[in-house]
Amino acid sequence: MNPQSTLPPTPAALPPKTGDPSAPAGPGRKGPRSEVKLFAGLGHVALAVWAVIVIVPILWTFLAAFKNTSEIFSSPWTLPAELRWENFGRAWTKAHVGRYFLNSVIVVSCSTFLTMLLGSMAAYVLARYKFWGNRAVYFLFVSGLAFPVFLALVPLFFVVKNLGLLDTHTGVVLVYTAYSLPFTVFFLAAFFKTLPSSVAEAGMIDGCGHSRLFFQVMMPMAKPGLISVAIFNIIGQWAQYQLPLVLLSNAKDKWVLTQGIADISVNAGYEADWSGLFAALTIAILPMILVYAVFQRQIQAGLTSGAVK
Amino acid sequence: MRHGKYPFVIGFLFAPVALYVTFVIWPYAQAFQISMTNWRGLSAPQWVGFDNYRRLLDDGAFWKAVQHHGVLLLALPLITIAIALFFAFLLNVGGKSSGGQRQGVWGAKFYRVVFFFPQVLAVAIIAVLFQMVYRPNESGLINGVLMKFGLEPILFLVKPNLALWSIIAVLVWQAVGFYVVLFSAGMASIPGEIYEAAEMDGATKVTLFFRVTLPLLWDTLQVAWVYLGIAAFDAFAIVAVLSVDGGGPDGATTVLAMEIYRNAFVYSKYGYASAMGVALFFLTLTFAALTLRLTKRESVEY
Repeated sequence: MNPQSTLPPTPAALPPKTGDPSAPAGPGRKGPRSEVKLFAGLGHVALAVWAVIVIVPILWTFLAAFKNTSEIFSSPWTLPAELRWENFGRAWTKAHVGRYFLNSVIVVSCSTFLTMLLGSMAAYVLARYKFWGNRAVYFLFVSGLAFPVFLALVPLFFVVKNLGLLDTHTGVVLVYTAYSLPFTVFFLAAFFKTLPSSVAEAGMIDGCGHSRLFFQVMMPMAKPGLISVAIFNIIGQWAQYQLPLVLLSNAKDKWVLTQGIADISVNAGYEADWSGLFAALTIAILPMILVYAVFQRQIQAGLTSGAVK
Repeated sequence: MRHGKYPFVIGFLFAPVALYVTFVIWPYAQAFQISMTNWRGLSAPQWVGFDNYRRLLDDGAFWKAVQHHGVLLLALPLITIAIALFFAFLLNVGGKSSGGQRQGVWGAKFYRVVFFFPQVLAVAIIAVLFQMVYRPNESGLINGVLMKFGLEPILFLVKPNLALWSIIAVLVWQAVGFYVVLFSAGMASIPGEIYEAAEMDGATKVTLFFRVTLPLLWDTLQVAWVYLGIAAFDAFAIVAVLSVDGGGPDGATTVLAMEIYRNAFVYSKYGYASAMGVALFFLTLTFAALTLRLTKRESVEY
């Protein structure tokens, strides 16, 4: 986050530095100074307005989760008259948010684990071993970055169906993993390349096998890269909507959270259970806020380093 | 030199490659083939050559979807990048400078955390959330307020010429935080001395932004453009959940992914849906090629 001033200070930059450490920019002229104030003032307003735009819909959802339907319609902006926890109970059991949540956790933890294991194995071999066909396999993986998933949707449905994996979590986990491999391999191959080979050679001399070298030496050394990609994959797979919609359509008890919430929102209209829908949304959003609040530094770094690569 | 290299290489590559070929490469290859048939799932597929593609040319829904991708492709990156750049500049170099260290405005850390938050929510969840926000009666977040003041409610998702923009607004709402953080990372690597030297010469904040920040951030901007372009081709979840009956009203918000999904899994026109998929593939490819050509830098490869 900190701007790095690794460059030696240029002679021209030295005098003002020694003079005033905290004075505003510009050598004391009036113009820039008032302009700075105006700019900063407008900037504060813009930032605050955007923060409100981001926070208010979410806060409003949390509040509405405690209201009853008549309150939701008559007073969208006031606090609920009482805390109606039964809305959450209804969302959790009757609308099955609890199950959808659990399904999402199961699917995403399995497929992220599998993605990281298989992705790092492939990336490691492709990055550090010379063999016939290396480049071909690498480009096979990386080419997957360019294809839109929708192109493959119809045949994918039938591949999964023919393997007997339609409407199963196994099928979803395998498909998530397969579609996460291109980015994972692409990112981690670059990362493994940067690791020093002297350590690997030392391990080899000490009688370390290829596999042990990978799991006990290279994997620990690649930890920062692995964490970045894992965060990227967890968020991406947690947000999946299209794939489960196609692959789990007939097994309602296997549905993941995004799919379940979208369905609840359709049904809420028929049943007029708006407070139940708000409660369901709250259950879907709140854990993400908490996880994000705890890990926000790693999540921001992980996602953006993935994007820049 | 290293004994047992090949068994190890094959052992490590086998599972990932098998999985990838089965679920990614093989379906992609099949998609091209299916797009040349009239397959509807029941009887054996018949080869019809380019018939599906010919029908695409006369399909109003298809052209509407392509047109919406055009709007998305221009509006989404332009609006998102403009807002994110402005905020990132404020948060990184908008404040005072002390001892050569550029500083953001007060509260920069807080804003960066809050703005980024929508990024960790699933788009489908956000779409349901904004269904509530946009509701056309007094239970909606926005219209509830308007109607309290005796104003007419705005029919965000119902009015055909407003619906697409309501959806773009949600996409921007979600994306801005990510690009603020991305641009912040780019700006942090610009040496403070450059700003200082420019300020010595009497440059204003506006000049600093256009003459120093923007040119030095060009690589990051390209990445942002590519990412938002891909997002513009991939707007399924938001359209499917947020818009009135999936791409409505009357196709006013439909996108290709929506049409592919509808043709394949509602009407069982697998051949036709695959032809749309191939069309989408070439559109994406064209976009990628154009971007690379226009920006003329191969910063995508490692």
